[in-house]
Amino acid sequence: MNLQTIIDQLQLTILTEPRDFTSIITQGGYASDLLSCVMAGAKSNNLWITLQAHLNIVAVASMLDVAAVIITENAQPDEATINKANEQGVILLSTHKFSYEICGTLWEMNIR
Amino acid sequence: MTTTRPQTEQEKFGRHRPLTDLDAHEINRIEELSYDLKVREVMIQHIITTSPEVPLASALELLRVNRISGLPVIEEGNLVGVISLEDIVRALQKNELPLPVKNYMSTSLVTVKATDSVVEAIKTFSEKRLGRLLVVDENHNLMGIITKGDITRGILLAVQRDYKEEEVRRYRASHLFEDIVSDRTTLVLRYDIKAGDFTHGGNASSNIKRALLRLGADFQVARRCGIAAYEAEMNLIIHTTHGGILKLEVEPHKITLSTNDDGPGIDDVQKVLQPGYSTATDEVRAMGFGAGMGLVNINKCVDKMEIESTPGKGTKLVMRIFIPNETLNGKKASP
Repeated sequence: MNLQTIIDQLQLTILTEPRDFTSIITQGGYASDLLSCVMAGAKSNNLWITLQAHLNIVAVASMLDVAAVIITENAQPDEATINKANEQGVILLSTHKFSYEICGTLWEMNIR
Repeated sequence: MTTTRPQTEQEKFGRHRPLTDLDAHEINRIEELSYDLKVREVMIQHIITTSPEVPLASALELLRVNRISGLPVIEEGNLVGVISLEDIVRALQKNELPLPVKNYMSTSLVTVKATDSVVEAIKTFSEKRLGRLLVVDENHNLMGIITKGDITRGILLAVQRDYKEEEVRRYRASHLFEDIVSDRTTLVLRYDIKAGDFTHGGNASSNIKRALLRLGADFQVARRCGIAAYEAEMNLIIHTTHGGILKLEVEPHKITLSTNDDGPGIDDVQKVLQPGYSTATDEVRAMGFGAGMGLVNINKCVDKMEIESTPGKGTKLVMRIFIPNETLNGKKASP
């Protein structure tokens, strides 16, 4: 499914620079707040769901080439994090919902 | 509860294979380019204009001679409208070609700024369903004209330029092992990692991944090394007293990553190899580190891992990845 559809359906806020999200195709997802687990478990083009919002998530996301990071529970990354994400081409999205809810909805949308 | 499963992207668009890392990388690059590329770089600058008092018949002649479908209308240096072939056809139907351009021109002008990125122009094209957009500067002075064709050409040129640059880099790097003759050539990259420097955490490993790709490493090999390097880099940042050195040694058939630090050392090496064991502080854990999975991950990514540690002295971690069938420059190894 393309990222624009996911952004629309989950009503996600886009924190990084806008892009043509319709051309980004996601395949499955991974949810964890432990960076090493993400390193081991997330695949490229996955969505990564986490409530971590600090600078180091960008390095992890970029190393793994995840499709986008969905930051839950309104956790707010600082400006340096957003700048670095833009620099590295990492997409940061945000929502007020819990990780659990986001995962549930994605699963129902058949992103498995 | 839904009973029918929604179509997947693949079913809908009939892709025959899943999107690979490489594809995704290329798509993202083209997107990036359309953001980087500015309207002024792709627009046509030498434009033909007309004025409001000119008869429609003369405007038609201008369109015909120049094989174009629209003209900006300028009055005393100001942009006041656009006259297109469609407007002239309307005039033709009423036999009003002798009338001035101003009677038929369209005055609701759709413009883009010369400094906008090409993506803005693409958006405007699809919203307004127009064939051409007027390009203006900050003061609304006409700078040029842009069509979808101009954008396609601009992006293709940029992709070509971009591709060539990376190709040249990759070409130079991947020939390193062929061009420099020795009995055993090794490329060594060293990164100084500071203790507690979370701000730059991951920079060295991302440079390592990029270097390996440029040297012609396979995507999976670069990814494995990247992950191992990341975990090792973060270990230096989180656990050492004074930081340490992260080193990458590249040989045609082998990649060696290593870290060296001067303390505090590990009391029980067997313990730190257990999944979930960590000595990280609560503060560091709150950031999502200290899962006790770092060395476990490294072990999964590399072919051989050795750890040597003396409490009070320091730790040395060596990780090796073998690439037996192919050399880094992409050629099969000689038998």
